[in-house]
Amino acid sequence: MSSATMDPAVRAPVRARGRGRIRYHRLLFHVTAVLVALLFLAPIFWVVAASFRTPAESGQPPLPPWPTQGFSIDSYLRLEKFGQSILHYSGNSLFVAVGTAALTIVVSTLAGYGFSRFRFPLKGLVFLLILATIMVPFQSILTPLFLLLAKLGLQNTLIGLVLIYTTLQLPFSVFMMRNAFDAVPREIEEAARIDGVKGVRMLVQVMGPLVLPGVVTVGLFAFLNAWNEFLAALVLLTDQSKFTLPVLMTAVRSGRFGSIDWGAVQAGVTVMMIPCLILFLILQRSYIRGLTAGAVK
Amino acid sequence: MTNTTEIDPAATPAGKPPPRRRRRRGSGWEGLIYVLPAAALVIVFFMIPLGMTIWMSLHKWPLMGKPRWIGLDNYSRMLGDRDFWGALGFTAQYTLAATVGLLGVALILALMVERPSRGVALYRTAYFLPVVTGFASASLLWAWLSNVDSGLFSPLAQMLGLTAQPVNILATFGPAFWSVTIMVVWKMAGFYMVILMSGLQSIPTDYIEAARIDGAKAHQRFRYITLPLVRRPFALALILCVSGSMLAFDQFYIILSGGPQNRTVTAVYYIFNESFVSFRLGYGSALSVVLLAILMVLSAIQLRLLRDRRES
Repeated sequence: MSSATMDPAVRAPVRARGRGRIRYHRLLFHVTAVLVALLFLAPIFWVVAASFRTPAESGQPPLPPWPTQGFSIDSYLRLEKFGQSILHYSGNSLFVAVGTAALTIVVSTLAGYGFSRFRFPLKGLVFLLILATIMVPFQSILTPLFLLLAKLGLQNTLIGLVLIYTTLQLPFSVFMMRNAFDAVPREIEEAARIDGVKGVRMLVQVMGPLVLPGVVTVGLFAFLNAWNEFLAALVLLTDQSKFTLPVLMTAVRSGRFGSIDWGAVQAGVTVMMIPCLILFLILQRSYIRGLTAGAVK
Repeated sequence: MTNTTEIDPAATPAGKPPPRRRRRRGSGWEGLIYVLPAAALVIVFFMIPLGMTIWMSLHKWPLMGKPRWIGLDNYSRMLGDRDFWGALGFTAQYTLAATVGLLGVALILALMVERPSRGVALYRTAYFLPVVTGFASASLLWAWLSNVDSGLFSPLAQMLGLTAQPVNILATFGPAFWSVTIMVVWKMAGFYMVILMSGLQSIPTDYIEAARIDGAKAHQRFRYITLPLVRRPFALALILCVSGSMLAFDQFYIILSGGPQNRTVTAVYYIFNESFVSFRLGYGSALSVVLLAILMVLSAIQLRLLRDRRES
């Protein structure tokens, strides 16, 4: 209380004395922050570096993690022993992740536009229905989903997985897109309407570019979640040629004939992690926006 | 662009602008067509399965053969199923450890990188990176690092002279449990850091500044200004963390396969075993219904607790 009314002349020496201490504190802060950062990055660095070791080395403890007997991609090639090549399974994962992202974008953009710009019967109820699904963990409906997909002839298909992953993304994505459309001034639409733009053309050509940040966020979350999802893929895919990377790698990790090929595990983990890391580093802003949009509301 | 509304032929000539101009074309069924795909997906792949879960829980439902109505038998059987209650108990224990660890670490990280300054953006990115890697990859990575012969932890401890012999940390319950918990903290702390950070940043700097001028120490400013104001994002983080941990599966399935001695089987893992290993689909559904009810109650309690304290 008293320092607020303190004479500037009296405060000056306090400042000067404090400056050295502040610099010391800054240094201490940065040293700590860097050490913590290294701790968080270490496991990722360890596995990526270790995946390039030779077969002889790959079963050894990773001390140091990088190859000491020469660089080798043998660990990646050895994944072929588990069914088909790593490219095939990466293709499965990519199909599911891109499919989920694309379908989520289309469905949630349409819905977001509808909820933002139109009035129709049962609007509130339908919106609530979609958002309420976030309260129910999908783990609790997995058993019937298994039967339902069989009924629809979609058991053991990547398409079935895409439809389920898309549904799981909808509460977040529809909410996000509705807000994105709400933020677009109505005057823009009306100006376009006078120019004769109508229907889907209005949505794609006029509104599309304006809600693009929302579209990127929604697509990014859908891609990453579908790429990384494990439990549903484990339950719903039984044919080994359909496996996504997480399911394949779990089979690799359980080993065959009692021995585990840790080099193959390192390679698989690297293949699974790298696309996520790159996407995140490129689209960091969109990602964080999605996260905080959920947190603030 | 702004004056186009004036020449809109649909605008009323009376001079008074209509209250909601867009209603001109937005009051029919057109909007329903736009939301139809989303609604259809949610109904087919969410509402119907949810109803089916409850329906199936009242049946003896094998994979092959005809389901048979047995009323509440699955639920009464569940009451005597000690393995299920054991799994729930273990899930609760894990949830407690993970929540305390995650929110504690996340709060420290959030306080560290809350204010923008040199280097802070890089630190944030570094702490957040494990979040985007996915539970399956993180678990596989940890399974390797925890392996006694080819991993990192045991050989490193030996090299540093902490242990004389190789220690298989996945072979006994305590070390295995803490290894998984540490993995989860490593992987998810960045996520809760961002949520808590968004709360911290929403506090007007004037408040902190005013308290500083009034002579409040750093810990006092944190206790009396920051903490009460971050209750909302903290509630969100708590609910996400508790419900996420209660649904844990990937890490225990991949790293520990439920071992040692089947002591790390979580609730979802137990349901997975009942439904998809033993193919008792009806019983698995009944357990799912109970788990769902438990989660709903937990979320409601947390919301209530945090809201009441805020209002008082």
